[in-house]
Amino acid sequence: MKIHLTSVFVDDQAAALRFYTEVLGFVKKHDVPLGGEDRWLTVVSPEEPAGTELLLEPAAHPAVKPYRDALVQDGIPLAQFAVADVQAEYERLRGLGVRFTQEPLAAGPVTTAVFDDGCGNLIQLASEPQ
Amino acid sequence: MECVADDLFKALADPTRRTILDELTESSGQTLFEICSRLSMRHGLGLSRQAVSQHLAVLEAAGLVETRREGRYKFHDLNTAPLREITERWLAPGESAPEESTP
Repeated sequence: MKIHLTSVFVDDQAAALRFYTEVLGFVKKHDVPLGGEDRWLTVVSPEEPAGTELLLEPAAHPAVKPYRDALVQDGIPLAQFAVADVQAEYERLRGLGVRFTQEPLAAGPVTTAVFDDGCGNLIQLASEPQ
Repeated sequence: MECVADDLFKALADPTRRTILDELTESSGQTLFEICSRLSMRHGLGLSRQAVSQHLAVLEAAGLVETRREGRYKFHDLNTAPLREITERWLAPGESAPEESTP
């Protein structure tokens, strides 16, 4: 078994695609109309084009808002992305106006940080295991 | 007054709560998630989020931690003002409260 796809709920798929590609640097993998305005919209890392896809899923279901509001209030991220240098990525994203709820925190071999994707979610950055 | 002191000494009596204050001293304005991360990753304290929340509530009752809502987030700030009561309470006769040092 493989983890082939995972998802985050996003308020606006078009805005989410812009953020996840233009700001975070992922690339679009699938974009299929699902009827209405909803799309089956996935992105992948350019470092792993055949790797795990992230589905940018519409957040219209009424259960999504209370679920995410409660998690965001406590600063809890819904996904984790790995980068070689968390501090450098933090500075790059801050320069692009991304809001962080946790600045880079070094703890033993791992450094983490948490930012708001502007689509309703907090995302954790973690340093890749050396 | 004695009530306030009770809350303060009770809050300081627990080593986990003192560790939370240590971590807030390093960086004030932390989410619950960050406080939990620091306790587990830096101190090996495997506490549930609920347990950490309860510790924070005790610290807040003592006035040592204040919470601040900012948009969708909630941050915890350190407030050391209540600790001054301790240093000013048991002054030796004739001794005055510590003052700002002058050059």
